[in-house]
Formats: sequence, structure tokens, C-alpha cells
Amino acid sequence: MVKRARLENILEDLDSTTKLEGLQSATVALRDLYQIHHIVYHWVDSAGDQYGCGTYSDAWRQRYLEQNYLRIDPVIQGCYQRFHPVDWKRLDWSSKAARAFLSEAIAYGVGNQGYSVPIRGPNGQFALFTSNHDCDDAYWNQFIETHGRDLILIGHYFNRKALEFEPVRQPEPAQSLSPREVDAMTLIALGYNRAQVANSLSISEHTLRVYIESARFKLGALNTTHAVARAMSRGLIVV
Amino acid sequence: MLRYLYGHDLHLYPTLATGMFTDRADQFAARLGWEVHVDANGEERDQYDALDPLYVIWERPDGRHGGSMRFLPTTGSVMVNEVFGHLTGGAPIQSPLIWECTRFCLARDAGPHVAAALMLGGGEIMRGFGIRHFTGVFDRRMERIYRAIGSWPEILGSEGDGRDRISIGLWDFTAEAQARVAARAGISPDLSRLWFQRAFGTGPAIWHKRSA
Repeated sequence: MVKRARLENILEDLDSTTKLEGLQSATVALRDLYQIHHIVYHWVDSAGDQYGCGTYSDAWRQRYLEQNYLRIDPVIQGCYQRFHPVDWKRLDWSSKAARAFLSEAIAYGVGNQGYSVPIRGPNGQFALFTSNHDCDDAYWNQFIETHGRDLILIGHYFNRKALEFEPVRQPEPAQSLSPREVDAMTLIALGYNRAQVANSLSISEHTLRVYIESARFKLGALNTTHAVARAMSRGLIVV
Repeated sequence: MLRYLYGHDLHLYPTLATGMFTDRADQFAARLGWEVHVDANGEERDQYDALDPLYVIWERPDGRHGGSMRFLPTTGSVMVNEVFGHLTGGAPIQSPLIWECTRFCLARDAGPHVAAALMLGGGEIMRGFGIRHFTGVFDRRMERIYRAIGSWPEILGSEGDGRDRISIGLWDFTAEAQARVAARAGISPDLSRLWFQRAFGTGPAIWHKRSA
């Protein structure tokens, strides 16, 4: 059972960190919370530069870099230039090189199941956010079913933070809320239900859902309550 | 059959790709009179095709293009925010769980089942990738088509009147809507799922053998 409050704490810490180590400690905290083997954030540049943090062993990281496994890693091959989340089972592991890579990875403590979220950042920036575990298919399918959407959002929040540490990168546009989003979040904070908020703003509940979904993403939150709390703590809404 | 192809893989299916871009020219420039760019080869492309989007394409039995649509996540450049942002109340739509669907195109002689088949593909994407909503821009003519195939969007905003009306719509996924479009398309949900798995992988047997 993943505790929502703990998850929100981890994301708060990630959001407020000003050091790269903050990314690393967030991967450890998430791994422990989800009770899986690994959480890894991996930035791959079009120039071939890599940056990563996560819970893989130092030995595996070393080995990966030394052998330049970026070239044959089916996860990289299967995610690069794409934007849909990928269950590792669905990748092409049929080549001899890929199979050898997989068995070596497992020997280094990487689990047999993975779920990787490709992220397209600004100016061709690309990153992967991977959850990894050792379990059977049924358990993993259920895990993705339950946590997949959260992991997609969390991966983007990692990438947003990582971009802050790259001075040469063009920063992402400021994550400010639009006036309509501020209105919607304010009314929710005041305790209105969705139907009442939609009615007050003269919009449909569907439109409201899109406002909330976008506001949540801009605020780095996973659900509406969390988003409202963040908007208040940042002074974006006042109630 | 339905094909799911990223832009960087279109060259593997030249007949299908050429057919898609020429049918788009026929639909958007010739029939609808939109101000779109058609090149010397009679193909319509815009700046979003350069962003390596994901296309869902209906391939006819003879290999030709029957209809298509185009997806991009709203975390990047998308038409609803850049071109039609004024229709959504000034709030950019931005979430990895909301994808934009644009350039919904049907070949001139494509039957209504093709439109339904494409929506069926959209449903596979939502279910397969955890996407909550699609958003997209559509015209008056598409209103009728969406109604006819039982996949009616929520309207977020509109401009223009009568034939010239342009709207931004929002679709979500429900199992009932998916069953409805499957019936309209005359495609069994199992077959649709098979096409999706063929595109994005089914998981080879090797995976189940744990390496020592």
C-alpha cells in the first residue's frame, strides 16, 4: 500500500531541492515507498551525453558506461524518439546482444520487469524515468495498472527539476497558472465540489477537469488535493 | 488494419505515408478550403508533422491509406495551445496524460466504418498508455461524423458559425464508448487489441525465462 501523504512529501522535497543530490535521494525514497527494486532517472542527450541518478548499483552503472550499453540497451532503443510509456516486456529482446545484456543486468541486481516513461524535453532533450522490479507478469501488470499514471507524472517532475540544473538549456516556460486555473483552484480550496465550481465559472465539468489536470501538472502534484495545497503554499491562490 | 506509426517510421510504409499526406491535402485544402500548405507533390504537412508525432492510420486491404489521425502529448508544442489557445479560456492544456489529436482525415471514398476504426485506435492508445483525455480541433463536418460513430466529445470552446464553426473537443475513455465504436467499425475488440500489440510489442517468450 503506497501512502499518498508520503508520496506527496517526496515530491515536495524533490521540488524544493537545489542540489542534484535531491534527485538521487528522491529515487531512493520512491523505491522504498513503492517497495520495488529500482527507480532510475536517465537523461540521454542527442550528442550522446548521459546523466543519471537512481538506485542501480555503482558497479552496474560503471559497467553500463564502460561497455557503452546505450548502443544496445533495448529500453533506450525502444523509448528514444517516442513518448508512450513502455513496459519492458513489450520491447524487442530477441537479438543475441540484447539477451546477453539482459542476463548481465540481472546478474548486477536489475529486476526482470520494467516500466519506462520517455520524456521529450525542450530543444531535443530526452530522458527516461524507469521503475524496475523482480516479479511475475501478473504482479507487474497490476503494479502498472495502479501506479502507471503517477509514475508518468513523477517522471516529468524529475525531468523538470533536472532541466533547472542545466544552465545551457533553455528553461521551460514558467509554470504559472492561468487566471481560469487560479479561479478553479481557489473555489476547490474553498470547499466547492466540482459541479459547483463548474457552475460558478460557467464551464462544463469536462472543461474543469482539463483545467485541474493541467494545473496539477504545472504544480508538480499528483492529485487535486495536493495541487490545491501546493498552489496555496506558493501563494498562487489565496483563500 | 490499424497501424500505429511514429513519424520516424513512416518511410517504412511509403505508399501509406504518401496516401496520408495527399488525402490530407484533398480533405483540408481541396474539400474544406482550409489555409494549409500543400507542397509540389500534392502533400499537406504542417510544423507538427516535423515533431515526430504518433500517427494512427487505417490501411486498406490493398495497402492504401483509408484514414488517419495524429497524436502529440500536450507537454510539448501543440495546436490547441499555439493556434487555438483563445478557445480554451486562455489556460494552456498541458499534461502528459492529455494528448492532442489532430488532422483527423478520411480518404474521399472511405466509408463511415473507417472513422469508427480510427476512434477505436484512439481508445487503444488511452487504455494502453494510461492517457486520460484526448483534445483536438475539429470542424462542423466532423461533428456529424463523431456523432454518427458514437464518439461525441465534450466541447471546450468554439468559434465561427454554421459551416465555418471550429471547435476544440475533449474525449475521454469509457469501455462503453469503446464497445460502441468497435461495433460501428465492424472490428472485434480482440482484433483491435491484436493490432495495437503488434505495433507496440507483445512480449517475446524469452522474457519469461529468468536468466541465471
